[in-house]
Amino acid sequence: MNTLVLVEHDNSSVNDATLAVVTAAGKLGEVHALVAGHNCGSVAESAAKIAGVAKVLKADDAAYGDFLAENVAPLAAGLMESYDAFLAPATTSGKNIAPRVAAHLDVMQISDILSVEGGKTFTRPIYAGNAIATVESSDPKLVITVRGTAFDKAATEGGSATIEDASGPGDAGLSSFVSREVADGGDRPELASAKIIVSGGRALKDSETFAQVINPLADKLGAAIGASRAAVDAGYVPNDYQVGQTGKIVAPDVYIAIGISGAIQHLAGMKDSKVIIAINKDEDAPIFQVADIGLVADLYNAVPELTGALG
Amino acid sequence: MKILVPVKRVIDYNVKPRVKADGTGVDLANVKMSMNPFDEIAVEEAIRIKEAGKAEEIIAVSVGPAKAQETLRTALAMGADRAILVETDEEVEPLAVAKILKAIADEEQPGLIVLGKQSISDDSNQTGQMLAALMGRPQGTFANTVEVDGDSVAVKREIDGGLETVKLSLPAIVTTDLRLNEPRYASLPNIMKAKKKPLDAKSPADYGVDIAPRLTTTNVAEPPVRQAGEKVEDVAALVEKIKALGIA
Repeated sequence: MNTLVLVEHDNSSVNDATLAVVTAAGKLGEVHALVAGHNCGSVAESAAKIAGVAKVLKADDAAYGDFLAENVAPLAAGLMESYDAFLAPATTSGKNIAPRVAAHLDVMQISDILSVEGGKTFTRPIYAGNAIATVESSDPKLVITVRGTAFDKAATEGGSATIEDASGPGDAGLSSFVSREVADGGDRPELASAKIIVSGGRALKDSETFAQVINPLADKLGAAIGASRAAVDAGYVPNDYQVGQTGKIVAPDVYIAIGISGAIQHLAGMKDSKVIIAINKDEDAPIFQVADIGLVADLYNAVPELTGALG
Repeated sequence: MKILVPVKRVIDYNVKPRVKADGTGVDLANVKMSMNPFDEIAVEEAIRIKEAGKAEEIIAVSVGPAKAQETLRTALAMGADRAILVETDEEVEPLAVAKILKAIADEEQPGLIVLGKQSISDDSNQTGQMLAALMGRPQGTFANTVEVDGDSVAVKREIDGGLETVKLSLPAIVTTDLRLNEPRYASLPNIMKAKKKPLDAKSPADYGVDIAPRLTTTNVAEPPVRQAGEKVEDVAALVEKIKALGIA
């Protein structure tokens, strides 16, 4: 089977989410990587070095620079003539583009796969991860999005793929990019790929309190900062901090949940973390049912004390 | 301008789904069903656009069993003007739903189609994007803010790194994210009025769409259960545990 992987990038470097997709694609067959972007030569070179990638297709065009689905999907669908499976990361960018590719190919997409069980059989979460479905496709081609935390990341070095130019229809003339507001996290690791995450919930009261309590602990541990939906909806932190079924799915080595009760939608986004630590004053909070280490305490006393003690 | 709002009847947000013992699916017998929460946000957004004087009519559509009428009545009670139920007892996959919606859009010629980014049942997150591709129209997925201006719409989207704004020419497809708005509750008088609003009954065959599934679900299982660990007495004990993990 020949597979085509959509490389997620910012026109300068490959996003980590792509590396898990390469691993998933490798279970199906030979892996080729599509780098669609503008002035994206350095991305194509990085993609060529990923272990397991046999060929890189570089589509360098202003129309692809902002990853507009209206422009990228027809490009990918056209290239799929030579491939059996198209795989994209289950990130906001992959989820935006892949179903459009599937519809162009008249294929039913398989979203957010957790495992490859066979050439056409996969597992995927349904009902916010409360059930795991095994699905088999009868379509002639596969279109798949891959949950990044469910597969090991391919090594970023060791590959020596050839780079070929590819082209597609270009600008569909339907949409245009206006602006992007990307939060500057400074030196903080990215939430989706962080090894340690400190996450806060509604109990943090407001944005100042959230920052005062959570940030020093995260700084000390070199951790990314996450939040429950309740904390995001209440405006304590921006939307891209949200961990949960409808936010980001994370699986760090250590997840520290502070003042988070543990609604099923939140647990769906973090329960695959290796170690879960919970601090909550309600000893019956559902978060304690999944936590490896729990502390029943008032977070306003416990967290500063913890931060100080970790000095 | 007309706005088309597809809605889905799903297991209620507050109900914890139970996997059937024989592995054939999730038990829906005697379980409370409601409108998919993302679709409620879509209905609300359509109403706000109409209230702002930028649309004249809102048409709610559902593809599903006869009981999906209740979901459509909810949309009508919130403020949709009329409804279409494409009735089938089969489970219809996003690709087939998108084909049915395209056929309806061809008839109704809406300027905007607003739908939830995903249903909380199968969590596919596909229908809006597929519909946009089939119609050859632009899409604004995971919308945080929607501003209709003349013959275009600006959609601020929730993306992994933050927010992004795209400008789409109409007709366009918008899928809703959580923070687009807070849906209203239908008032009792509006619930009564909704009973008299028109609701057309159709079938997938009326639109010439083959709804045969492309995917076969061979098993549905409970996720691996995570065991609770231990509770520690105080912060000092927690610090010991954290140091033992080697992260501090």
